[in-house]
Amino acid sequence: MTTTASALEADATGSGGAALEIERVTKAFGAFVAVDDLTLTIPSGSFFALLGPSGCGKTTTLRMVAGLEQPSAGTISIGGRDVTGTRAHQRPVNTVFQSYALFPHLTVRENVAFGLKRSRASNIPGRVADGLDLVELGHLADRKPAQLSGGQQQRVALARALVNRPALLLLDEPLGALDLKLRRQMQLELKRIQTEVGLTFVHVTHDQEEAMTMADTVAVMNHGRIEQLGAPADLYELPRTVFVANFLGQSNLVAGTVTERLTKRGLLGVDVRGTRVLVPLARAVRTDGAVLVGARPEKMRLLVGDQAPTRGENVLGPGVVTDVSFMGVSTQYQVEVPGLGTFGVFAQNLLGGATVTVGSAVRLAWAVDFTFGLDGAQARDEGTVDLDDEP
Amino acid sequence: MSITAALGESVSGDSAPPPRRTAQRAHLVLLGPGLIYLVLFFVVPVAALLATSLYVPVPGGDVGEYQPALHWQNYTDAIAQFWPAILRSFWFAFLATVAALVIGYPMAYAIAVRARGRKLLQGLLLVLVVAPFFTSFILRTIAWKQILADDALVVTLLHWLHLLPADERLTATPFAVVSGLTYNFLPFMVLPIFAALERLDSRLLEAGADLYASPTTTFRTVTWPLSMPGVVAGTLLVFIPAAGDYVNASLLGNNTNTAMIGQVIDARFFKVLDYPTAASLSVVLMVAILLLVGAYIRRSGTEDLL
Repeated sequence: MTTTASALEADATGSGGAALEIERVTKAFGAFVAVDDLTLTIPSGSFFALLGPSGCGKTTTLRMVAGLEQPSAGTISIGGRDVTGTRAHQRPVNTVFQSYALFPHLTVRENVAFGLKRSRASNIPGRVADGLDLVELGHLADRKPAQLSGGQQQRVALARALVNRPALLLLDEPLGALDLKLRRQMQLELKRIQTEVGLTFVHVTHDQEEAMTMADTVAVMNHGRIEQLGAPADLYELPRTVFVANFLGQSNLVAGTVTERLTKRGLLGVDVRGTRVLVPLARAVRTDGAVLVGARPEKMRLLVGDQAPTRGENVLGPGVVTDVSFMGVSTQYQVEVPGLGTFGVFAQNLLGGATVTVGSAVRLAWAVDFTFGLDGAQARDEGTVDLDDEP
Repeated sequence: MSITAALGESVSGDSAPPPRRTAQRAHLVLLGPGLIYLVLFFVVPVAALLATSLYVPVPGGDVGEYQPALHWQNYTDAIAQFWPAILRSFWFAFLATVAALVIGYPMAYAIAVRARGRKLLQGLLLVLVVAPFFTSFILRTIAWKQILADDALVVTLLHWLHLLPADERLTATPFAVVSGLTYNFLPFMVLPIFAALERLDSRLLEAGADLYASPTTTFRTVTWPLSMPGVVAGTLLVFIPAAGDYVNASLLGNNTNTAMIGQVIDARFFKVLDYPTAASLSVVLMVAILLLVGAYIRRSGTEDLL
């Protein structure tokens, strides 16, 4: 899409967007606590993603920020001003709704102008035209929403919110209804628009790939609390809870017990059913007792026959390859290790397709540096959600 | 006959003549009972009405004896004699429609939007709206006559509160007639508006609030326009029968300053036996309503209703 954000930026009031502070916010619906003592600061100008499965409280959090719900306790501040208790129309916030919620009786142009008219903005036609150009829908301005495709409706919803230059733009699963290809395209599009207009975006999604692709900072939510918050790469490489390890990408986790502490080398020795596995101390949540040792599937490789590991690698096995899936750029192996369970291994197809066949005996090797240690008291399968079940 | 066209088109897709003929016969059969019914009970009576409106009395005949003619003067005579009743009918019907809208819209809104999600309450309230239909329209109007009677509680109370001058009454006033019309046709206002508001997506109201619109502005810019089809349907369903009504005018009014055209037609037909005048007044009423309704629908931009 073309760059036409200049006009939008021109009437920006100083900085791009405002910071959002959520302090000790709780929201209960009867006995159900949707959001539980949540504290969160989102710096101005950032693209922030709230990631979690359905029912984790992310949409409720967003609705409280928008003013569509009031918190049971706690405060919400936008740009340093406490807005708790004010109503939705009084807040400098706009939302792109999951259902788009376009006004069916108004044209695209009238939809986009709606917020500007309410705030009695100047040069409404010009700003509407700029907003529609930003999402490349200028030529459809006189259509009604029912005459647009899903992707076009989504862009109208985005333009309708963006033209108001809100301090905060809230996106509630805005791409959920689009098909995969369009979703990928819109992800890049949204990221580009956010960079161009420089507003603070708060994006709610259950799609971990979407969150990682678009956001500078991702907060993983579960049961009304934030499990972990950080840059996507940090969260992925160093999950601190089982939920994050399983929900954000996939993880191979095995239970073990800490047996030694190699302080000088900065390592922790963990006994996994008789095999010693090393975990960097800095990457371990617990340094004693029961732990879960984890590694990402793409960090693991298969050792065939008497092939030796390199220095600084952990080794587990032997096991048996139970499944081989060719996926074009990579091959996914499932390896069953007796007593430890099933491991997933992603191998890049640098030298063509699969090199190991089903039934082969293999061992698993991965760099100690990429190993992480989690609290052994947590259930090993927490966060392994089937994303296809999501609405 | 767009239905016929659509059916023919869908079948002619692979241009096979025999099934097409069967399909045409099939929908002629389906339309048959309705057509026969309408011809017998609508087309024939309207034709008879039009013919009667031009009849002249049989020379030297008895009262109520007429013979076929093309006496157009019946119309000018009828209008010249009864134009105040015609105008009053439309005025009363207009007042009743406005009153029913003012009372009925909040009712429909409460049931459709406020009680949304509470199926039991919604069902109960809807039953209450249609409950008056369980007794006869005339019985209910007679009951209102009792309620508004000179020695009944309402008038006594109003006199005592000095809201009604001591020498004034409620029955036989335009107020009583318009109130009766409003009461009797209120469900026809509530139900279509309820149906329109029920379909209203509450997320649109949230979107309005999110886009800086106060609840009042959201109502004006989102709820009201989206409920327009219901409002137009409701106003038509109240206005049309109210304009031709004679029960309220005769039971609650029955005064020279409350006579509505329906009452005049009733009197001409059954009391004076002046069939041609009654018939021509009926035709005038029918044509006037058609014109008014056509203009109204055209103005409100809801041609899809037709």
